[in-house]
Amino acid sequence: MLVPGAEFPHLCAQCEDYPCVRACPTSALSVSEYTGAVLVNNKACTACGKCITACPGRVPHMHPIEKRILICDLCDGDPQCVRVCREGGWNVFKKVTRREQTYSLYARKPEEVTQDLCAKFYGEKGEDFV
Amino acid sequence: MIEGYAGKFLEANLSSGKTKNVRFDDEVLRDYVGGRGLAAKILWDRLGRRWEKAKPLGPENVLLFLTGPLTGYYPGGRICVSGKSPQSNGVVGSTVGGEFGVELRCAGYDGIIVTGQSEKPVYLFIKDADVEIRDASKMWGKDAKQTMTLLTRECRELLRKRYPLFGEWREPAMLYIGPAGENLVRTAVVAAKWAHAAGYGGYGAVMGSKKLKAIAVKGTGQLPEAANMKKTEKLIQELCDGVYENELWRRWGTGSGGYEVGAKMSSEPVRNWQDEWHDEKSFGVDKFEDRVWVKQCWSDFGCPTNCLKVSVVKTGKFKGAITDNPDYELQAYLGTNLGIFTPEGNVYMASIIDDLGLCGIQTGNVLGFAAELYQRRILIEDDLDGLKLKWGDAETFGKLARKIAYREGVGDVLAEGTYRAALKLGKMKRMDLLPYAVQSKGISIGAHGIRSGKDYPDIISYACSVQGGDHTSTAGLPLDGGGSELMEIFNDSGVYCNFNVFGVRRNFRFEFYKAVTGLPLTRKEWCNKRAIKTLQLQRAMLLLGGPDLKWKPKADDVNPPRFYEPLPSGPYKGKTADRSAVKEKIKEYYNAAGWDANGVPKSKTLKGLGLDDVDDAMRELRT
Repeated sequence: MLVPGAEFPHLCAQCEDYPCVRACPTSALSVSEYTGAVLVNNKACTACGKCITACPGRVPHMHPIEKRILICDLCDGDPQCVRVCREGGWNVFKKVTRREQTYSLYARKPEEVTQDLCAKFYGEKGEDFV
Repeated sequence: MIEGYAGKFLEANLSSGKTKNVRFDDEVLRDYVGGRGLAAKILWDRLGRRWEKAKPLGPENVLLFLTGPLTGYYPGGRICVSGKSPQSNGVVGSTVGGEFGVELRCAGYDGIIVTGQSEKPVYLFIKDADVEIRDASKMWGKDAKQTMTLLTRECRELLRKRYPLFGEWREPAMLYIGPAGENLVRTAVVAAKWAHAAGYGGYGAVMGSKKLKAIAVKGTGQLPEAANMKKTEKLIQELCDGVYENELWRRWGTGSGGYEVGAKMSSEPVRNWQDEWHDEKSFGVDKFEDRVWVKQCWSDFGCPTNCLKVSVVKTGKFKGAITDNPDYELQAYLGTNLGIFTPEGNVYMASIIDDLGLCGIQTGNVLGFAAELYQRRILIEDDLDGLKLKWGDAETFGKLARKIAYREGVGDVLAEGTYRAALKLGKMKRMDLLPYAVQSKGISIGAHGIRSGKDYPDIISYACSVQGGDHTSTAGLPLDGGGSELMEIFNDSGVYCNFNVFGVRRNFRFEFYKAVTGLPLTRKEWCNKRAIKTLQLQRAMLLLGGPDLKWKPKADDVNPPRFYEPLPSGPYKGKTADRSAVKEKIKEYYNAAGWDANGVPKSKTLKGLGLDDVDDAMRELRT
């Protein structure tokens, strides 16, 4: 939330080409065959931060205490965020099957998303807030 | 150490620029819990002996930002801001929503104690154990939205430079003041986000007097561990399930109260409380949805209620006004109370008030007060710097609000709050203007009237409350009942949102307290042994008052005179508060709270609670 009101989930979009996995020098990252999510091997991760730079949306972030990277693993196919969102009746999140689509389009930096949201909510003035 | 607490408090002395960690004994934390209760205790310990001499806006005042053990666990975490209030000259526990409390606890602190006074504008930057007092001259003088933008940018830049490998930082949570606080306006707020504010008490002015523009905190740790996490999770789930069923606030925001309990029950202020009834169909909540809402679900961290909505005026003369909901209080005080009956005008007023860092309730009250004086030709255009203060004219009211925030012309007088402004203007005009001031002990009455008797406050709610006209802390009998002030003290001391206690089981909050801290607590024990201590401390400090203002015991425990005028219209026409009934009930309340016939806490009561030093200070007042 860079601007109040313009909150949004900043999560991994599972791009088809997985730039983070390719950028990993220690092969700590892999792709789950079942969900398509990026899995982190905590033992192999050296916290070099190359995946953050490689990601078009700068989605991965470092664990604040331990030396390893954090990427959404879709909770092994049962995402808890979707569960609570449904339960609360907000219905923002939804589980979808993987289709032919350019998923990397959804991997965006928070500033870009906020700018769009602000323009949508607050009108032309909105972009100045970011 | 009691579980559920981070264990340490941060003390920042702005005069010397030094910070240190402070700890409190387990007994203190057990008795006063946190937030409002602990604030009363800390203030008494630090200022007690010289309370009457301590200036609320001087360097000797202590400004407190305290969380409680339930902040972050109980859905809807808040932070309690306190100190010696520049409005009532007592202690007010003023809470504000947002992520600040949770972030602070994740950073490893239970609260912040600010002392001294800085020479140049500063802000506090806290990242876990790193605490820094940084220069804020760039943000000084800026309005709310600009302050937040500048601060967010600066903090994110700072974090990015210090931790280059981390990835994207979520921005820190912040509390700040607007121009009103900088200019020491007594109705200034401590704000969070754009439109969240701790208004009652006027602590924005205290922050301004200390030249503390903002506090930004980023915590990357965990919340302090709960004693019984499984039970806590279960209770959170139970609360959420209950809230999901309640559509009133989830769907319509607290503004739905504006129609359901306010307008329909005839308890909403209309034209400075001259009336409490209106049938303007243009002001129902559904009109807000159609015309100004751009986002329907918005809540702070972990809150299932999501009573916040985002409102924007996109076209017309108020174009570009942004605020949240506005909630019920602002719909009433910046709408009907000023004779404004259009959602656009209301959103415009709310957005101006937010930008200036003023309190919507109390500034609305002052504006209404001024407008009534104009209506009665007590104030004329020359007194108001040429402003024609007609009911319903949002633009003019906006101009006057700006004058108040910058203390220009007539704004300088009105910036003192309703009570002090009434005294000052009364002196100028040589007449008694207090009958037009709807306040109790310097604090404006919340937008819930008592005349129709259909809303939740009781006839003595405001008169006997230790926080004056605060509608979130209303006195009621019996003392261990649901409408009692002692229960409000629990909400403000555990520090969570009091909107999330509606519809839960009677002892739910005490069960929650036990699950988090591991200490058993019954309603009886809370009322008879713990909360009552906070109540006595607050009452004692309120009566001590000073230096510019001192409340007379009993004589000032009254409803504003307006509440004895019969309602002029609506379904409850002619109803009013009954003077003899009020008197009788006040007597009863004094008795229940252990106060003597004048409302001063009895020696026996105080000694029984172990507050011997308070008893010494009360001795002079008893004679």
